[in-house]
Amino acid sequence: MKLNPFKKKAKEPKVEFTKKWEPFVFLLPFAIGVTIFTIYPLFNVILMAFKENFVLLTGKYTSLGFANFEYVMKDRYFIQGMQNTFKYVLVVIPISTCISIVIATLLNNKIKFMPFFQTAYFLPMVTSATAVGLAWKYMFHYQYGVINYLLGLIGIDPIAWLTDVSSNFTALCVYGIWNMLPFTIVLLLSGLQNIDKLYYTAARVDGASSLRIFFRITVPLLLPTIFLTMVVNSISAFKVFHELFPLWSGQPGIAYNLFTVVYYIFYQFRGLTPPKYGRAAASAVILFVVIFIFTRIQIWIQKRFDH
Amino acid sequence: MKITIEGLTKHFGDVVAVKDFDAVIEKGQLVCLLGPSGCGKSTMLYMLAGTEAATSGKIYFDDEDVTYMAPEKRGVGLVFQNYALYPHMTVLQNICFPLEIQNVPKAERIKRAKEIAKLVQIDEYLNRKPSQLSGGQQQRVAIARALVKRPRLLLLDEPLSNLDARLRLVMREEIRRIQQETKVTTIFVTHDQEEAMSISDVILLMKDGEEQQSDAPQALYDNPANSFTANFLGVPAINNIYGYIKDGKFYTHDNSAVIEHEACKKVPEGRKVDLAIRPEAIELAEDESNFKAYLVHTYAMGKEELSYMKVGTTEIRGYLPNGTEVGKEYNIHLKNKGVFFFDEETGERYA
Repeated sequence: MKLNPFKKKAKEPKVEFTKKWEPFVFLLPFAIGVTIFTIYPLFNVILMAFKENFVLLTGKYTSLGFANFEYVMKDRYFIQGMQNTFKYVLVVIPISTCISIVIATLLNNKIKFMPFFQTAYFLPMVTSATAVGLAWKYMFHYQYGVINYLLGLIGIDPIAWLTDVSSNFTALCVYGIWNMLPFTIVLLLSGLQNIDKLYYTAARVDGASSLRIFFRITVPLLLPTIFLTMVVNSISAFKVFHELFPLWSGQPGIAYNLFTVVYYIFYQFRGLTPPKYGRAAASAVILFVVIFIFTRIQIWIQKRFDH
Repeated sequence: MKITIEGLTKHFGDVVAVKDFDAVIEKGQLVCLLGPSGCGKSTMLYMLAGTEAATSGKIYFDDEDVTYMAPEKRGVGLVFQNYALYPHMTVLQNICFPLEIQNVPKAERIKRAKEIAKLVQIDEYLNRKPSQLSGGQQQRVAIARALVKRPRLLLLDEPLSNLDARLRLVMREEIRRIQQETKVTTIFVTHDQEEAMSISDVILLMKDGEEQQSDAPQALYDNPANSFTANFLGVPAINNIYGYIKDGKFYTHDNSAVIEHEACKKVPEGRKVDLAIRPEAIELAEDESNFKAYLVHTYAMGKEELSYMKVGTTEIRGYLPNGTEVGKEYNIHLKNKGVFFFDEETGERYA
């Protein structure tokens, strides 16, 4: 009898009530924030995508239907944006992943001045992408930019990174890759630190070279983390916008040649009068579906590689 | 391969892990580095493997000085305590990996790996991943991976400590069998004296980085050089009665008991002495000539009883025949074998 905890609780309903709802009270502030700023807008955008001639301020629209989607799918800027976005993801993700693996592996060694290197590599993470983007804009400068200066040192002619249509995409990718490194390195470094050092000792006693250890042991054991960073980075690369914005002072490339999907969304909002909210929402929904499918494929591939 | 260790010393900062260690290990022997945890036995092993650098001293493989040789050039196979099998490779790939490093052609690699897998009896599991194997099977794979490159020396770090009690018995027989079939000189580290006694040719007993004694297991048991060796080996543990020698007899410090024994003569008077008695050296006396013990408790062991007795104020354990009664006093006789006198302070053996 005395051991039954429910008996005692029944006599003190107040305690029970607090105990039961206490977790929800702690969850509430965050739940409210997520609901207002994420869940509500999400459904609102999906709804908005089907409203024709929607006006944000008045909330009026003419009819519900697929007209926005039809328009967007045929719009050459949207098609260009989709192409550029895919190209960007396919260039930036593999390159930034490879560079990050190499840097993370180097940082995982015991080397001198480690705090300096760690700070240097993680700095981009704590700085504003837009502010750094402006710095890159000057680094890319045709005449005074440090990049062309360095290229000149090894005998390469200056490149019109930002002012020549043919180099615009490369400039965007260079900045995008650089911007992606710190986050990826942090994750990979934690993955590397989870690998038991004994595997390296075992391989070294058997005479394995550093290169072989890297390719046959480090990389395979790091694969789950590599996949994780690729999934997360792909999602953020699909949303490429803040990398683009500062480089051409808000234009998508020097000659409106670098539309990306998110820039297109922005453009429907701010670049047109009156703003085309419905079309912006429709292209956002399409991007959402594309990212969703792409991520599912990545996770499916990852599962096939899991050990 | 014969291994000679001369004055080997290892410091970790201020800590001396191994101190002035000398040993000779003959070709084809199975040698056990035995000692309590933290005694430097694993450090010794890793210095032999080459993954730890010696602070001073020399290691010779046959006549070759390998003290500063890189691990991969020494031709040693190393089995880690938790096996360190590569989790992303199958059993076959794990065993092949050392050969892959040596650029052995693939067909040859697989042939040799399969041979060795057969020897350690894991040839049925070649396509499994390590996570799909039991602890004992993982251990076999680890041994196979160490043996496949035909090492001159096989080193095992606490090879049985991650296994359950039953598997431990099986695997120690297996290690013995594999060692005898391959005839590879083998050194393994353990803190379990029973394990060391049962399979090794020679035991190197260590304490605080120093060698205590090295000999065949039975010789070590029968003839301990100091009280540490006597106490470390044997289950149940040896009995210690502390006292002094006067007029050729042993007195406990509180004079609660007097014990006569032949060996008393060899012990100097006026020193604090540790009388160490193996449980099997205790027997009932036929007459009343020797000392008495008060029977406190007995455990039936079948053919005899493990008895807890009080000699004066000291409790000792011994094997007595069935039929003794708790609460009674018995006349006890000590055999000559299994009775030692050590200096209580230095642990040095007198008799």
